[in-house]
Amino acid sequence: MQAYVTLTRRELGSFFVSATGFLVIAAAAFLQGLSWVVLVAQLQAEPTPLPITQLFYSTPYFWLILQLATPVITMRLFALEKASGTFETLMTTPVTELQVVLAKYTAALVFYVLLWLPSLACVLILRHFINTPTALDPGLLASTFLGITLLGGLFMALGCFASALAHTQIMAAMLSFTLGFTLFLLSLLSGRVTVAGGWQEELLTRVALMDHMNDFARGLVDVRHLVFYLSLTAWFLFLTVRVVESRRWK
Amino acid sequence: MSDGLMIEVSNLTKRYAGHTAVSGISFAVRRGEIVGLVGSNGAGKSTTLRILSGYLPASGGTVRVAGFDVFAQSMEVRRRIGYMPENNPLHPEMRVREYLKFRARLKGLSWGQTRQRVDMVLQQCGLVEAQKSVIGQLSKGYRQRVGLADALVHEPELLILDEPTIGLDPRQIRSVRQLIKSLAGRHTVLVSSHILSELEMTCHRMVILHEGRIAAADTPDNLQALMGGRGQVVAEIAASQAELQAAFDTIAEIRHADISPVAGDFFRCALTPQDGVDLRSRVFNLALQRGWPVRELTRQRHTLEDIYVRLTRVEEEET
Repeated sequence: MQAYVTLTRRELGSFFVSATGFLVIAAAAFLQGLSWVVLVAQLQAEPTPLPITQLFYSTPYFWLILQLATPVITMRLFALEKASGTFETLMTTPVTELQVVLAKYTAALVFYVLLWLPSLACVLILRHFINTPTALDPGLLASTFLGITLLGGLFMALGCFASALAHTQIMAAMLSFTLGFTLFLLSLLSGRVTVAGGWQEELLTRVALMDHMNDFARGLVDVRHLVFYLSLTAWFLFLTVRVVESRRWK
Repeated sequence: MSDGLMIEVSNLTKRYAGHTAVSGISFAVRRGEIVGLVGSNGAGKSTTLRILSGYLPASGGTVRVAGFDVFAQSMEVRRRIGYMPENNPLHPEMRVREYLKFRARLKGLSWGQTRQRVDMVLQQCGLVEAQKSVIGQLSKGYRQRVGLADALVHEPELLILDEPTIGLDPRQIRSVRQLIKSLAGRHTVLVSSHILSELEMTCHRMVILHEGRIAAADTPDNLQALMGGRGQVVAEIAASQAELQAAFDTIAEIRHADISPVAGDFFRCALTPQDGVDLRSRVFNLALQRGWPVRELTRQRHTLEDIYVRLTRVEEEET
């Protein structure tokens, strides 16, 4: 436990000692602000019965932030330590592979959640200016943020896995972008292509990330979605641990 | 488990895809000893040390540290070693004190112990003034000290240092050497280098690696003695060349005498003895009898470099 906490603290700290961390936060905050501005402008033009959180998801900004932030946040995790050699000093201290992977994953996820805080501020500002308090129900907000966190959790796990596989940060970034973007494309596909029966249909309905997010944004917490995200996240973290361990089988 | 032994390596082999880095080496290190691992680049030093530290698995053979198997009981071993890898990797964005605290916590020290031990190693490694500096901005010498301080921070029984003085200037090398020497007794130290003279002064024993095998393993003195029989004696004596030549011819143990004039009335005599004979007292007595002034009388010591070169050449001839 002590090793896990110590490592998580260092990983989180390292996001903020370089300009990169702040740059990512600034870029994400800008994109979130922009998307809200666009949204509010749309709402003024024509009223809609849909909750605003759901509208937010349908803007490309959300997916853009997710796709771009994942590689930037996760590429360093293992690849940098392997390239600089500190991985050797790390793995010769009495820490287990699982502790290392979980600590790095936790730090990435915490940073990712921090990234979304500005949109919470946007919601609060909006709430201050509109007359109908029911438009932004706290339950709806909570389920939306749960969705954001679950989706981010999966993408961070993908990024961890990519970073553990790669030897350089660039490789890690490209790999995690490819993995994440593939998942996203599959979910795009499920809306556009109709496959009749078979495992293809099964697969496409399962990976429909955008449909999942629509549910969360409508305040619908489907247990199937929870199981989907949590199990896939656990699977990729398990794979990451195996990759980190693999040095000991070679 | 044998009590007095810190490291027991038996028949250790490490194969990478395509080549064998270490083939069947065995050696042991007693508690409190400082042992040097010497070899040219690619001799298998770093690989051996990486296996000892538990970072890499061996392809064959067993390695025990403090009685624990480095692979099966890796955690026990890792708690007992302080390992400084080659090139001394550090986190450049951290400050010295912060880094040492992080490492101490990672190695399982309590907050109280951490504070106490960090203060101690900062002092021990001469880092007190630099403790607030960012590691990436430190000079190479200081960074090396940070690496040493990290290896020492949890008071490990065994210190494994891979090329701790590489890239340092002579003054820094001396200070690192003194630091290592001061650890003898309390810690067991296994230190590698490709420069022999550096270890000659610090180590109780040396293991010379060549192409993944042990070429020799002994104390620096014994390694010296291995070659000592051929030690040439050099004497500077004031006498005529003919007299000197005649006198040396009467001594049977002198195989060959090389006499050349030097400044003043002196002649420099390089005397090659028969195997195993120390000529110094014979030469001294000779000069005393004849009343010749002597201003220098030394037996040339082979540097360990000579020994190393010879040992590795023999190996090459055999293979």
